[in-house]
Amino acid sequence: MADFLINTVGLPEWLAWTITAFVAAALILNVIAGGALVFIWAERKIAARIQDRLGPTRTGGRFGWLQSLADGIKLLAKEDLMPEGADGMLFRLAPYISFCASFCAFIALPFAFDFVGQRLNVGVFFVVAVLGLEVFGVILAGYASASKWSLFGAMREAAQVVSYEVPLGMCVVVPVMLAGSMDLVTIAEKQAGWMTNWYLFHDPFTFVIFWVYVTCAVASVNRAPFDLAEAESELVAGFHTEYSGLRWSFFFMAEYGSMFLVSALAAVLFMGGWNGPIPVATLVGLSEGTGDTANYFVRLIGCGNLLLKATLGVLLMMWVRWTLPRLRIDQVMTTCLKYCTPIAAAMFAGAMLWQLAFPGGVVRGLSRPAGEIREGWLEGPGGLSPGRREPVPHVGAVGAMESQEVVQVVP
Amino acid sequence: MAQLIDDDPRIIEFDVRTDEMLVNMGPQHPSTHGVLRLVLRTDGEIVSEVEPHIGYLHRCAEKIGENLTARQWIPYTDRMDYLAAMNMNLGWSLAVEKLMQYQVSERARHLRVLIAEMGRIASHLVGMGAYGLDLGTFSPFLYAFREREKILDLFEEACGARLTYSYITVGGLTADLPPGWLRKCEEFLDQFEPVIQEYHSLLTTNAIFVKRTAAIGVMSPELAIEYGCSGPVLRGSGVDQDMRRDGESIYTAMYDGYAFEVAVMKNGHYPRDHAYPPVPTDAVLGDCWHRFFVRMLEVVQSMDLVRQAIDRYSACKGPLGEPVKLTEKIPAGDAYLETECPKGQMGFYLVSDGSAIPWRVRARSSSFSNLAVTHELCRGCLIADVPAIVGSLDIVMGEIDR
Repeated sequence: MADFLINTVGLPEWLAWTITAFVAAALILNVIAGGALVFIWAERKIAARIQDRLGPTRTGGRFGWLQSLADGIKLLAKEDLMPEGADGMLFRLAPYISFCASFCAFIALPFAFDFVGQRLNVGVFFVVAVLGLEVFGVILAGYASASKWSLFGAMREAAQVVSYEVPLGMCVVVPVMLAGSMDLVTIAEKQAGWMTNWYLFHDPFTFVIFWVYVTCAVASVNRAPFDLAEAESELVAGFHTEYSGLRWSFFFMAEYGSMFLVSALAAVLFMGGWNGPIPVATLVGLSEGTGDTANYFVRLIGCGNLLLKATLGVLLMMWVRWTLPRLRIDQVMTTCLKYCTPIAAAMFAGAMLWQLAFPGGVVRGLSRPAGEIREGWLEGPGGLSPGRREPVPHVGAVGAMESQEVVQVVP
Repeated sequence: MAQLIDDDPRIIEFDVRTDEMLVNMGPQHPSTHGVLRLVLRTDGEIVSEVEPHIGYLHRCAEKIGENLTARQWIPYTDRMDYLAAMNMNLGWSLAVEKLMQYQVSERARHLRVLIAEMGRIASHLVGMGAYGLDLGTFSPFLYAFREREKILDLFEEACGARLTYSYITVGGLTADLPPGWLRKCEEFLDQFEPVIQEYHSLLTTNAIFVKRTAAIGVMSPELAIEYGCSGPVLRGSGVDQDMRRDGESIYTAMYDGYAFEVAVMKNGHYPRDHAYPPVPTDAVLGDCWHRFFVRMLEVVQSMDLVRQAIDRYSACKGPLGEPVKLTEKIPAGDAYLETECPKGQMGFYLVSDGSAIPWRVRARSSSFSNLAVTHELCRGCLIADVPAIVGSLDIVMGEIDR
């Protein structure tokens, strides 16, 4: 878009980039916030169905699909209370930190090949690191609320999230190692083709580590059975006990944003990102060379693929939440330190050895070997130049690849 | 400097000292089962002391009882253990009948058993569902209430009320069952039986549930007896006592001819325990898991009793009998009777001077004694264990404060 503004419209470069950034930010913010509303509604309906209830049925005509919006309006109209003795600045700041951390991480998340806010060559680490910032908001909220329950919640969150980042990091490193890149776009691109190319099915170790990732992800976004920071039967509402109105809803949005983010990250890292289980586009001959419109269409479908996978992840979390009791804080820490971390470490070592022994994975898909896809940052004439990229074939097309120079990344 | 620190223990002490914090759990708290206030002395997540404060639901029920006739006080017993109002009605009615030496008809006796055991199922369903809620799982609570609703529907059909029944009364029951009620009750039991398996899979055998309850809040039989605990709390510690079998004759006579085994662990086994999930290896007799499990067993036991009562009641062709007059005079004297209510042994005491209005009325609440043991069980546990322990005692504040 920036190129279009510079070259065709003739805007100065800084202005073009600023406009592009604003448009991208607005898009991400609205899509994710809208998505959060949908997920909140979905959670109400799913929880209701699990519990033999109906959930919202009237708001918005049918199915109560406008319930989240109605709640949002109610929250806007509510008085924002601040407890006496609270640290005013920190109290106000905390929800925004949580919210920003959760939503900023979406910048690096690719929805389809070119549908990414900013392609980063350290995308994985950016997402994990920014997501980790969310805990600051929670700690600030707990500290600034001047409430003992909030403080307990914040301390639990700090202990839990910091511990779970260790196994989470180890799980994330495995696909990075297999792809030889930290760029989320490259990682997803390497899993193109049939479902067997997904890193989930790469070898037994990655299969196990995917489930470790799921556990750690649920813990790091504070969902049941690890929702200790807001354990309502013990800590009233944990860190957001004293929050109300819009500030509270920011925490809520951040939670649902993070849920979607970790699910989407799982989809990109282990389940081929925007690549469907069957390379339909390649089979019907819809790859590059068939025109921009077709390409765009393929990417739109890919975007749908990723959203579907991420939604499945979110639904899994909801299912778990409405089924299981909550763990105790010491049991949560035991799960992390005694089970998740050693298993993740062992699986990491196993995946490494497997990669040495059978570099191709268990079953090769019908498309080209994963190693033949070029690294994102090596593309273009100037290597690392941020300028216009040559379109890389979307899904594997062996014929097309033969004519191109291939940069081997994995030996 | 190092020398100085080593020499002066106070400096080290100050360096690593953590502050104790007094936290109020309740009276407005999601998991204190009403308006109970627990003052926790905490060191981080560890609770060093728990002190229950009661009295937020005090309604002078006993004093009111000294201004009303015995039958007029029945609705006030409804409001004691409002989750098992039928059993409260029964306790007071039997205490008055004991003083009056009144004998209800055979038909009323079987109907009382039927209704009281249905009340027990309804009460244990709340206890079980709310316990899941205390441990952070919401769905079993609603599954329990779904079944409880059906019992309440039956009660509504029988007496017109869904919570405060005043159905069982001095001298019998206010009305006979409507036609077709027994069939509906049997249908409910047939439908309810497989649902219990659902609760077992969601709670009793759930790995997280076992982790949260096994070996938590272990109460030795001696401690339970010392504090006067009763009901499932006492039997959960392995003490074999059930007022329906060991109580006074006026109460046990009601259960004459009924076959039931007290749900208590004897020689490492629960009665008929082959039909239930096995006891997890982590569980210790007297912990939260056993208290919960005893309640689950009592639900099955009560279902069995209801079935027997249906048979006997329908075999009884005699009249139900009229309850005593509202202004019936009570002979002078005093009487105390404990009955086995779902929460434990509920005792009613009345002194009469020969008029229709009792001179003194007192109630002995099982939840009160069961709650008193909290500070012993919660010593040194984690904050998350406090709701787990208090929930396993299954208290109801209406009965404690009266």
